[in-house]
Amino acid sequence: MEAFTTHTGRAVPLRRGNVDTDQIIPAHWLKKVTRNGFEDGLFEAWRKDPQFVLNQPERQGATVLVAGPDFGTGSSREHAVWALQNYGFATVLSSRFADIFRGNSLKNGLLTVVLPQDVIEALWKLTEADPTAEITVDLVAREVRAEGVTASFELDDNARWRLLEGLDDISLTLRHEEEIAAYEAERPSYKPRTVEV
Amino acid sequence: MGRTLAEKVWDDHVVRRAEGEPDLLYIDLHLLHEVTSPQAFDGLRLSGRTVRRTDLTIATEDHNTPTLDIDKPIADPVSRTQLETLRKNCAEFGVRLHPLGDVEQGVVHVVGPQLGLTQPGTTVVCGDSHTSTHGAFGALAFGIGTSQVEHVLATQTLPMAPFRTMAVTVDGELPDGVSAKDLILAVIARIGTGGGQGHVIEYRGSAVEKLSMEARMTVCNMSIEAGARAGMIAPDETTFAYLKDRPHAPEGADWDAAVAYWRTLRTDEDAVFDREVRIDASELSPFVTWGTNPGQGAPLGASVPDPASFDDAGERLAAEKALEYMGLTAGTPLREVAVDTVFVGSCTNGRIEDLRNAAAVVEGRQVADGVRMLVVPGSVRVALQAVEEGLDKVFTAAGAEWRHAGCSMCLGMNPDQLAPGERSASTSNRNFEGRQGKGGRTHLVSPQVAAATAVLGHLASPADLSDVRTPVEA
Repeated sequence: MEAFTTHTGRAVPLRRGNVDTDQIIPAHWLKKVTRNGFEDGLFEAWRKDPQFVLNQPERQGATVLVAGPDFGTGSSREHAVWALQNYGFATVLSSRFADIFRGNSLKNGLLTVVLPQDVIEALWKLTEADPTAEITVDLVAREVRAEGVTASFELDDNARWRLLEGLDDISLTLRHEEEIAAYEAERPSYKPRTVEV
Repeated sequence: MGRTLAEKVWDDHVVRRAEGEPDLLYIDLHLLHEVTSPQAFDGLRLSGRTVRRTDLTIATEDHNTPTLDIDKPIADPVSRTQLETLRKNCAEFGVRLHPLGDVEQGVVHVVGPQLGLTQPGTTVVCGDSHTSTHGAFGALAFGIGTSQVEHVLATQTLPMAPFRTMAVTVDGELPDGVSAKDLILAVIARIGTGGGQGHVIEYRGSAVEKLSMEARMTVCNMSIEAGARAGMIAPDETTFAYLKDRPHAPEGADWDAAVAYWRTLRTDEDAVFDREVRIDASELSPFVTWGTNPGQGAPLGASVPDPASFDDAGERLAAEKALEYMGLTAGTPLREVAVDTVFVGSCTNGRIEDLRNAAAVVEGRQVADGVRMLVVPGSVRVALQAVEEGLDKVFTAAGAEWRHAGCSMCLGMNPDQLAPGERSASTSNRNFEGRQGKGGRTHLVSPQVAAATAVLGHLASPADLSDVRTPVEA
């Protein structure tokens, strides 16, 4: 996983709530067997509308997505995270994320930041009025900064440490292999097995 | 203080608990399918890792599989590649696979329970949000992403952030013609698509205790549509009777030991939930969605709501966008909404009881002109059982299409899709924009409502068509 420390970039204000993962990446894109090449599928249906915010020339190269509440609901597809990253987003800000999407994002180094809706609203107004306005997401200080906006955000120490260091979860878990083996030795014999017995 | 069912199952699976770290949980059962696993197997390969417990892992093919001409090569080369990739990966890593054509193939959340692999008090994961289905057995069952699939393959564990608990208590009697699907759609409309966020929901109360296992699976299946991390129902005699003698259920002394443990899996009297919601079953009626998220639903007897009636600005905007996408006008009675397609199937409503419920409605009746009705059993075993009961003939005699098992029209990944602008009544779980095909419009309904809608050509419940049955000739 790529480390995330601090990021500054222009924003895409997405004034929509309940953006489900079928909108972020439609199902027909999920047939790919790689983690890359999803950028053209990002918000595919909405991008057919020339007025859609992602299609505006001044939003090209933006790396911070500022979205409405309940972002990433629905399917567990991690492809939604890959599509956002493949497109160029480094971070997504919203007042509420769906749990599975949030977990997926943090495992890939896409920092999802939970902010109060009034802060989201302020960031929407700022970046709608001035598309060149930059937003800084500082994981070291756990703070989001933009012109006229300074907001702290929460992320638990463990998740923050893994992101700052870009650590691989599997390697971390395998440091405790002995504890896994000890647990396995105590599992009851009635637990199901998938192999024919 | 007492513990809830979810907390008991969680505690029994903690491999490692340390200050400042998420609990490391042991995973009893890992289900795989072709869509969310290829990049996980690739990750193992790149890092030279193996599957730690192939005996706790099982794969099936469902999302991409066609429901017609299954003996021919899959026409879409990309779908074919994904299925071939799963076959190659399972062979290389030694994972049991039920491919298209196999008697145990089907939708992953139908296959696990019918094999008896889903058991009370287990932890179950799958790279699929509808893994919550398995909570119907009193299992703690989570949908996970591909990075976590790789993590479970390599370690059989997952570090999991703590959860909050929610009780949804449903007391009273469900009225005739009101099913588990209506119940869960009403719950989601009540608490919203984000209402369960961070929570594990336990469904309880006398109305829940009376539900069959199939109906409990329908309820738990859609927990994710309320944003919950999982849904659970305490195991009881109904659960044990369903599991007894299934291929992977415990036997002999193991069965007795298992049942003794399973009986302990009840929320303690003095346990406290972080949030409680109460629903009176007797007040429920057939429920349908009118919008583009599963929380946008209403009783069938209601009308399409006026966006202006929503106090919250975000909900108002969402309703406006939804009506525009759905091609609906505020104030239209939902019963007047005409459909082109009816889909009966999916991990929500593709089990034998669902097919029986739909068949009982269409028996002796005809699917309306201009409507196509697809009936897709959730697994090959469900299909075989339905054929044994003659349900396939009931459906085809009514003019419906009887298909092969798979995810089918629940999501636009296989040939079964809506065309742009087409409208469906669907027993699946998501009415998102484009979910059933680009530009397709979805109304989520129960199997009974789906079948009545197929007969009348507009959204309807069985009570609306008492006079149109053609008597079977003696």
